[in-house]
Amino acid sequence: MNWEVVIGLEIHAQLATKSKIFSGASTAYGAEPNTQACAVDLGLPGVLPVLNKEAVRMAARFGLAIGANVARRSVFARKNYFYPDLPKGYQISQMALPIVEAGRLEIELEDGSSKIIGITRAHLEEDAGKSMHGDFHGMTGVDLNRAGTPLLEIVSEPDMRSAKEAVAYMKKIHSLVQYLEICDGNMQEGSFRCDANVSVRPVGQEEYGTRAELKNINSFRFVEKAIDIEVERQIDLIEAGGKVVQETRLYDSDKNETRSMRSKEEANDYRYFPDPDLLPVVIEESFLTEVKSTLPELPDEKRQRFVQELFLSNYDAGVLTASRELADYFELVTEVAGGEAKLAANWVAGDLMGALNKAGQEIAESPVSAEMLGGMIKRIQDNTISGKIAKEVFDAMWQGEGDADTVIAARGLKQITDTSAIEPIIDNIIANNPGQVEQYRSGKDKLFGFFVGQVMKATQGKANPQQVNELLRQKLSG
Amino acid sequence: MHNKSIAELSQGLASGDFSSIELTRAYLERIETHNAGLNALISVTAEEAMAAAQLADQTRQAGNAGPLTGVPLVYKDIFCTDGVKTSCGSKILDNFIAPYDATVVAKCKTAGMPMLGKANMDEFAMGSSNETSFYGPVKNPWDTETVPGGSSGGSAALVAARLTPIATGTDTGGSIRQPAALCGITGLKPTYGRVSRYGMVAFASSLDQAGPMARSAEDAAWLLNVMAGFDEHDSTSVEREVPDYTAHLNTDLQGLKIGLPKEYFGEGLDAEVGRVVDAAIRQYQQMGAELMEISLPNSHLSVPTYYVVAPAECSSNLSRFDGVRFGYRCEDPQDLEDLYKRSRGEGFGAEVKRRIMIGTYALSAGYYDAYYLKAQQLRQLISDDFKRAFEKVDVIMGPTAPDVAFKLGAKASDPVSMYLSDIYTIATNLAGLPGMSIPAGFVAGNKGDMPVGLQIIGNYFDESRLLNVAHQFQLSTNWHQRVPEGFE
Repeated sequence: MNWEVVIGLEIHAQLATKSKIFSGASTAYGAEPNTQACAVDLGLPGVLPVLNKEAVRMAARFGLAIGANVARRSVFARKNYFYPDLPKGYQISQMALPIVEAGRLEIELEDGSSKIIGITRAHLEEDAGKSMHGDFHGMTGVDLNRAGTPLLEIVSEPDMRSAKEAVAYMKKIHSLVQYLEICDGNMQEGSFRCDANVSVRPVGQEEYGTRAELKNINSFRFVEKAIDIEVERQIDLIEAGGKVVQETRLYDSDKNETRSMRSKEEANDYRYFPDPDLLPVVIEESFLTEVKSTLPELPDEKRQRFVQELFLSNYDAGVLTASRELADYFELVTEVAGGEAKLAANWVAGDLMGALNKAGQEIAESPVSAEMLGGMIKRIQDNTISGKIAKEVFDAMWQGEGDADTVIAARGLKQITDTSAIEPIIDNIIANNPGQVEQYRSGKDKLFGFFVGQVMKATQGKANPQQVNELLRQKLSG
Repeated sequence: MHNKSIAELSQGLASGDFSSIELTRAYLERIETHNAGLNALISVTAEEAMAAAQLADQTRQAGNAGPLTGVPLVYKDIFCTDGVKTSCGSKILDNFIAPYDATVVAKCKTAGMPMLGKANMDEFAMGSSNETSFYGPVKNPWDTETVPGGSSGGSAALVAARLTPIATGTDTGGSIRQPAALCGITGLKPTYGRVSRYGMVAFASSLDQAGPMARSAEDAAWLLNVMAGFDEHDSTSVEREVPDYTAHLNTDLQGLKIGLPKEYFGEGLDAEVGRVVDAAIRQYQQMGAELMEISLPNSHLSVPTYYVVAPAECSSNLSRFDGVRFGYRCEDPQDLEDLYKRSRGEGFGAEVKRRIMIGTYALSAGYYDAYYLKAQQLRQLISDDFKRAFEKVDVIMGPTAPDVAFKLGAKASDPVSMYLSDIYTIATNLAGLPGMSIPAGFVAGNKGDMPVGLQIIGNYFDESRLLNVAHQFQLSTNWHQRVPEGFE
């Protein structure tokens, strides 16, 4: 039987506010346990939450960016359950009336086509603390630094049909929240993580199969692997005559398997009800207008501009707009290089990305800054160096030898453009290769490359290629 | 000194007749002598009180005294006090020392008021007799075999017995007004949002409101001046100017329109109590007020609505008492579930557990619509009744409680009859309106006369008028000045 995979994602993006969603404590990552948990975060008797308006603004930015309805009135609700890292015994979240509803996002698929993924809702909630099962002599430690960090939970429609689509969607959201400057996107630190709802159904069947929820996956690679392995499990199970049960499953990346955490029957009854400590969040039209006016250029708009105004290929534009940092880097390179967008795109998407990938580094960590790369491209443009020599200059800059001009000077890479310097070299080569000269003159055009190569070899690649071509042609014909 | 009003104390301190140290010591001595028989305090904070009194005297010498600088008070043990135990009347918080002050406490501290101690109360403010306290019941100073009412029974008994000039209370369904009635004092529950809830251990967040418990309306006005106001730490507190509540006490009541809800004078009201309340209302008529019969047709829904909303909120509010971070933890928990079950099972008393279970049930999947949602709809109907009434009248009057103080243990095993003690007070909490109870007279009890409370309900943020209406009554009567025997 042929199976169709149905996937919906719930993405948790930690919002990049300075303080927590309901208290004044800092949200900075990595502090000593429990040093960033104030009375409110600890859930001490008598404390009350006060909503951080910045979190609302960020949620509104997201809502506007995905063309969603930003609710004029949304309501915080309590999700009740007991766990040691949940200090109040309930999580403040949004249930019946979320702040963002009914948005959409276009993703690009590998075959170059694109697809719209529906976003059911996005709601604000507080993160829990962390339980630590390390060195506590058989007990569990609780760190509440993370408790109360604002989260935007972004819930998609079950619109994805493969693990690859799910990853493309997740990457797109990841890029978008960074463009919007509402989330740092750091997946190692858990700032961006996702749950995947996965089910399968026979191709052509209308109703969905029973889904399993894969919890807390924190890398693109694991999302793809977890979904693939879960799909395989479900299909094997059904084909063997079994039934998928609705449950929460955990992906174990070491063993590359999913295993059951709890079934639907064991699931908590969260007893949601509106939080009486918080007033409904009311958003005025003027607030939305103001938020809208501060929205940055979004990835799709930027991509379009790169194609239409900078004449980049659709592919290059896609690569360069995948993250806001990369796009900003590219635009700065172009600017420094005097508007050489195509050349800049080739260098950024080619050599630079290659070097970064090889080194396992992010664009922000690049030893070659945008100014340095732009400066180098300028030297290609003004014929100080050739494109080939530029590779050497780039490598040297990467190794920390300074900017392009410094490298060119130190290594003596300046292109030879003086005809009187190139001429004797050519004369010398013609004189030393009489056989080849004869063959060329008798019609073996291919040999022209041989002469160019000889000149470049003699000048260590520094001779200006156009001049070399011209002079060679003159002298060989003569 | 212990029979002086707040205004007299303020005057005496200002003119140097006595110092705050002398005043505070005098009250601590009265507590030392009389509290054992009443069990009205969970903590006596003599050291803190004397240090604060000394500071108050210095403030006064430096010329920076306010009207209440140096006047001591007692807090219900539901208000968090930095460095002093805040038990909320529960075993589960018997070892809890808050690291911060409730906003009300901070305001009183800033006003220079020394804390004499923390008053006994029903566990987590759940009760109408003070019998659910882990620290044992408070005795009513008018007859120590009877209850003082609840949940602010300790505060009421202390004020009635002159063991403190004034006290704070909290009122979720009548917890200020009903004990005020049963102990013969003046209690005011302000409009929801008038006083910050920050630092008050939450029972039912949408209903809880703190207010003053005093010997007179004038005294209450002085303390409300300190307690009231917007607080950025409480999103439900209202950003609205605080008037001087003593400013309009002396306005005459000519033409005041008093609404008398027929539902508050029917079945269930003790005949003797009804007679005293009628007499008080006639007194108002003589003072120039107009009486009008009104109807609050949804009154009968108040108690059932309340007993869905309040337990639902409490079941969630009390989840934080889990034995993990603070408060009582059971011995040798075997695992996490055991830790939760035994810490809570051993730490909470029976009434609290009953309400947690009712509330958990009411919020459960499949029951939410039938209970919680329905209750919220009824709450709206109850509010609408009052809205219509206040289009015609200025204040509403009736009995505070259906009966005088009952015997200790009389209703302890019958929760429903206990819940009916608040039948006249609950609706104002559901609507968020301000309400007061003032001494209206006395009826003969087993040992002597027992006080009866008159309830006055006002429109939103109309505390000034309530205090004015109460004060005018107290100018022409002396019920509020009677002191229980043995506490003169």
